[in-house]
Amino acid sequence: MHEFSIAVNIVDIAVEHAEKANARRVNEVELEIGELSGVVYEAMETAMEAAIKDTLLEGAEVKIIRIAGRGHCSDCGKEFGLANLFDPCPECGAFNPEVLAGKELRIKSINVD
Amino acid sequence: MCGTCGCGHDDEPVKILKPGEETHAHSYQHSHPHTHDDEGHTHTHPHQYTHAHDDGNETHQHDHADEHHSHPQDHHHHHDGEHAHDHSHDHPHVHDHAHAHSRQIAVEQDALQQNDRMAQRNRGYFEGKGLLVLNLVSSPGSGKTSLLEKTIARLKGKANIYVIEGDQQTLNDANRIKQAGAPVVQINTGNGCHLDADMVNKAVKRLDIKTDGILMIENVGNLVCPALFDLGEAQRVVVISVTEGDDKPLKYPTMFETSNVCVINKTDLLPYVDFDVKKTREYALRVNPQLKFFELSVKTEEGMDAWMEWLLKARQEIQS
Repeated sequence: MHEFSIAVNIVDIAVEHAEKANARRVNEVELEIGELSGVVYEAMETAMEAAIKDTLLEGAEVKIIRIAGRGHCSDCGKEFGLANLFDPCPECGAFNPEVLAGKELRIKSINVD
Repeated sequence: MCGTCGCGHDDEPVKILKPGEETHAHSYQHSHPHTHDDEGHTHTHPHQYTHAHDDGNETHQHDHADEHHSHPQDHHHHHDGEHAHDHSHDHPHVHDHAHAHSRQIAVEQDALQQNDRMAQRNRGYFEGKGLLVLNLVSSPGSGKTSLLEKTIARLKGKANIYVIEGDQQTLNDANRIKQAGAPVVQINTGNGCHLDADMVNKAVKRLDIKTDGILMIENVGNLVCPALFDLGEAQRVVVISVTEGDDKPLKYPTMFETSNVCVINKTDLLPYVDFDVKKTREYALRVNPQLKFFELSVKTEEGMDAWMEWLLKARQEIQS
């Protein structure tokens, strides 16, 4: 359940931004989480629900934007969808592409009152 | 829940202990300042995780029911039943659920930036000390502690070695390491499934570290969670044993991707298990072509020479 520690960090960052903006409450927090980031989406949702309690984010909608993995083959240069880190290039079969997207673990924005 | 450490559960605090300290824990200390509206003063309670409130109130909203806390002058008293109103109320209570005054704030920040920042602070400290720091990760039972015991024995007279042990509970591993002859600090994470940079930062202060040594951080046995938490180490070492599945690198790719070295332990058991070393290496290289392997048996010490040679070389490189 490392998702919980990550959720606590997310809430800390969101509260910091909300306080800076003199917000009364946070209505929504928008996260970008890549499919190759190493977190389980369901666990992340549960962890966020618990982590926002008794904070400015209490009751806020947690919006998770899933970002699909994309790789760039360092051998043949092809760009392709990457479902797993160990997937080979569909063009030439080489492993270990450069990961272009899918490792995100970011807070994109918050909506506050 | 305490956001400072992110451990998640107040009832299972993170503790940082040395062997023999079971009864007087040095737990994380931090303060929770709070204001008493009634007297207009603020004070800070420095307290430990082990600090218990009789009322079980973990949010530290202390109720002061005693006489000494008088109401301030601008205190609003609610009307009670005897106080009648003879005028009618006509407040149109319209709640605007569209949040007419709501604002969108772009944050664009990495969720783990706090940990990453602390890891960089640790890294700077380690560099300043000329210290080679390894983060040992694995499933429980792969032989990390045994590998450390043998490594400590073989390093005697060659290099100073220090150990930070990470486990959910007990000082068992720290006691083993102390027995083996290395200064050690145990982090008990309670319910936590991984070490983070902040815990290491606090633990390392309890070790009297001289320059030019080696610090081994044995992470909580878990192939998932520790992968995302940089501790400030120079190298991450993933340990697997041949009694596990040989497809571990495919099942837990993030750990193998983020590691620099892979130790395949318990090779003395290879004749009795179906573990295919070649396959494991191939799978691991798919996610991380730079991964360096050591096949060894901590028990028979076969293969330990190569590991020790690499370790001493890596230490030299840090100092040069």
